[in-house]
Amino acid sequence: MTQEKDDGIDRRGALECMIWAGTGVLWTLVGGVPRSSSLLGISEANAQAASGFSFLQISDSHIGFKAPANPNPVATLDEAIGKISALPQKPAFMLHTGDITHLSKPEEFDNADQAIVKAKLDTFYVPGEHDIIDEGQGKAYLERYGKRAQGAGWHSFDHGGVHFVGLVNVANLKAGGMGTLGDEQLAWLADDLKGKSASTPIVLFAHIPLWTVSADWGWGTEDSAQALGLVKRFGSVTVLNGHIHQLMQKVEGTVTFHTARSTAFPQPAPGTAKSPGPLKVPDDQLRHVLGITSVAVKQGTQPLAITDSELAKT
Amino acid sequence: MSLFHDGLRAFAAGTAAACVLYSAIAAPMAPAETHLSIDNFVFKPDAITVRAGTTVVWENDDDIPHTVVALDGAFRSQALDTEDKFSFTFAQAGTFEYFCSLHPRMKGQVVVTP
Repeated sequence: MTQEKDDGIDRRGALECMIWAGTGVLWTLVGGVPRSSSLLGISEANAQAASGFSFLQISDSHIGFKAPANPNPVATLDEAIGKISALPQKPAFMLHTGDITHLSKPEEFDNADQAIVKAKLDTFYVPGEHDIIDEGQGKAYLERYGKRAQGAGWHSFDHGGVHFVGLVNVANLKAGGMGTLGDEQLAWLADDLKGKSASTPIVLFAHIPLWTVSADWGWGTEDSAQALGLVKRFGSVTVLNGHIHQLMQKVEGTVTFHTARSTAFPQPAPGTAKSPGPLKVPDDQLRHVLGITSVAVKQGTQPLAITDSELAKT
Repeated sequence: MSLFHDGLRAFAAGTAAACVLYSAIAAPMAPAETHLSIDNFVFKPDAITVRAGTTVVWENDDDIPHTVVALDGAFRSQALDTEDKFSFTFAQAGTFEYFCSLHPRMKGQVVVTP
């Protein structure tokens, strides 16, 4: 009982989830597609066959980075976009979860845009901390990507019955802390979700993980609990992040957390190195630790099927 | 061997004396400067004490950009790429806390004595 209380799932919420899951099973039967019992282990083929639509996530392209961990991040971003263009089923759109550039320079944004446009997909962005270090502290990013955004760049949109929310947790960081959303953004999020029914699948995307992967390395968001509290009533919540340049996933109740690989360079697993700086791997290994993420949305089932692919695999 | 060592010692002593002499002469013209490094997501050293008028120079030795930002707004660097430097002259005595606004776990302190 205590545990249920801690999870914040009351009887009504649980019933809503069950109704929602039930609908999913029904839809799967009608579709005649085998349903995986594993939350994250759905094969790409099954996911695609049953999908209402799919979308892509790329992250941490770090255009402008020059160090030995990857002296040519434009080339690896190009390869990632090449993989996306070659997908047998065209994704509906793409998310970029930040650190588009390394130093927020205009030519870095230009080079990233020139590579990304080749995917011929609508692309929705959130900034990483590397994208807001121009003199105007984010002005360059907002001028380019923030036309439909509020505040430091947060925004939301709907696609195929799924509500997508791009959050910014890299602005106005406080000394000693991790990522921060801030009161203004949290108030906006509460308002944004207000009219949505609990059966609407929610996708939150932000640069820094919305759960604490490593407090020592700042891999978490100070006030993420408040944001997650606001999505507690929803039957399916998927949280997509970048920043840590490695795959990490966790399921907690109705929330699936997932971080994507970078398209530029890997970073060490928490606790395996002195600092979270770029990890130099042998040249022939680099493309095994970079990659893209594909997410398939099956109408009415939960959770969304997340598939990561390495750049090295065709 | 001992001759060589003696010679080396004499040379070292001479150099040291010259240094002392040089700094004594140079001191009034070149104000004190202290160099700090940013290495492995740490300000090194993360706490220093200097006299008022000292210029503190931070150099980023990481592959990742960092910033040097005073909590009270007294100074704020641009993003420092690898090998970029930022300097600030501490004219007033006091304790100055600073951090990296990109990686806010990184903190440092400069104590300025009169």
